[in-house]
Amino acid sequence: MNLPVIIKFVIDLLAVLLLALGIKGLSKVKSARDANRLAAFAMSLSVVGLLSYYLGTSGIAIQSWIWIIIGSIIGSFFGAILAKKVPMTSMPETVALFNGCGGMSSLLVALGVAIFPISGGQENFDFFKSLINEVSISVSIFVGAITFTGSIVAMAKLQGWLSTPGWTQSKVRHFVNIVFAVASLIAFFDLINGNTSSIWLLVIVSSLLGIGVTLPIGGADMPVVISLLNSYSGIAAAAAGFVVDSQLLIVAGAMVGAAGLILTQVMCKGMNRSLVSVLFGGSLSAQSTASSGSGEYTNITSCSVEECALTLEAANKVIIVPGYGLAVAQAQHTLREVTKKLEQNGIEVVYAIHPVAGRMPGHMNVLLAEADVPYEQLKEMDVVNPDFPATDVVLVLGANDVVNPQAKNDSSSPLYGMPVLDVQEARTVFVIKRGMSAGYSGIKNDLFDLPNTSMVFGDAKKVLNDLIGELKDLGVGEK
Amino acid sequence: MSFISLLWVLLLGSLLGLELIGKVPPTLHTPLMSGANAISGITMLAALTLIVKAEGNVPLLIIGSVSLGFALFNVVGGFFVTDRMLAMFSRKTSNKK
Repeated sequence: MNLPVIIKFVIDLLAVLLLALGIKGLSKVKSARDANRLAAFAMSLSVVGLLSYYLGTSGIAIQSWIWIIIGSIIGSFFGAILAKKVPMTSMPETVALFNGCGGMSSLLVALGVAIFPISGGQENFDFFKSLINEVSISVSIFVGAITFTGSIVAMAKLQGWLSTPGWTQSKVRHFVNIVFAVASLIAFFDLINGNTSSIWLLVIVSSLLGIGVTLPIGGADMPVVISLLNSYSGIAAAAAGFVVDSQLLIVAGAMVGAAGLILTQVMCKGMNRSLVSVLFGGSLSAQSTASSGSGEYTNITSCSVEECALTLEAANKVIIVPGYGLAVAQAQHTLREVTKKLEQNGIEVVYAIHPVAGRMPGHMNVLLAEADVPYEQLKEMDVVNPDFPATDVVLVLGANDVVNPQAKNDSSSPLYGMPVLDVQEARTVFVIKRGMSAGYSGIKNDLFDLPNTSMVFGDAKKVLNDLIGELKDLGVGEK
Repeated sequence: MSFISLLWVLLLGSLLGLELIGKVPPTLHTPLMSGANAISGITMLAALTLIVKAEGNVPLLIIGSVSLGFALFNVVGGFFVTDRMLAMFSRKTSNKK
């Protein structure tokens, strides 16, 4: 072993260690920010390690430097711009876009190696080694392409540029996807047999498969898909690691792949969905309308903003249940103004965060943090559930399925078994909602029929604004 | 590096990932996802390798450069956006003290 090899070895080890510590640190609120920077530092360190290795051994041609600089500047520039400009509410689609580009990168590396075999390493040709090489190239292309097209479709759907076509909800889509999957398998074996041109077939068919699998999935299942695709991009990176023989790539890719899987699992649990039903079941609303819970509402009480303000003024303890609708209406800042007024009046305010509130797990925490809500006021479901019986008023803002008592009481309901917030235990529940439309699951919400529930109809932001006005008139929050 | 030892690296890396992520509060899922996503841009190393070993093959240099661009878009954007999210949490806690 000569010096450059040893240096690279040490730097790689250090980078893996720091990346692992980074991921670990990201799991605690206090250390998260530093951990993120640590991970970023580890990534730059790994680049330094790689470049110094080549400088010390084969040297790097001027031409290579030029292309390295061009690629780096353009990629980093657009990445930084997008990261600075994008609003917090569109985080899910941003992550999807970044993720897709990671997949694209792995795809291109494998494609490059496949079309123009890299010099060195191939001199002592043996069958086993070239087989491994071809398999890793194929895996990298297959997973990379699925990650790319899947993420782009996910982003387009979240942005509302793409809707769910009707045919994708029928059984046809399984047939179509199976055709794509079989075709990529054929391309794969053809490639191993030495037919290099079938690599293009593999690229095309796996891209189509990514689209075909992601397109039928809609609504609240989308974050699960993004998380899964995030895991894929890790796998694609690990596969690219096999292609260029880099242990560091394999370790980092495997870590991200495993992390993505765990996160996906957590999201599925929170929604009471299995990964299989997310991937192959189509939209939940399509199945459930026929089955159950499409009963009529019989006992709806609606009330004015004024009544709501009066009740709030008299309360001692208020719990806010924010949901997807709040995120969509971008009403988190207005909500914060309301709660500030209540707090100034000595009313205890707590936010109950369901694991899948918002558009991604933890997304609601980010949105509320953006609106200056103190972190200590955000309570997780298991912590806050015992508090509901001692609570005077619950404000449900744009949440629906996560407060449906059916999930606990009605074993025939498709929601049965899903963890929910027990808001009905509180003395009074106000549900701020645009109309009587069903939630994402398309299931009737029994909460709305309960005697202690009142509906305040209107757009979340407008209602909250009116509420601020009413509270002002009552003299709440003014000293 | 033999194929078998690379497989061991893959296996141990996966196990490490499962262990590390096991106990994360839901609050941090979005930042964690975004941070992990940035790390998956580590394929930039593969792109760099491709460019360095291209030896004047222009099409390969271009493929490598585009690949590097995509990867860095992922890495730089991912870390920045994660930092933006996490900055909101830390600002809150420090204000309270």
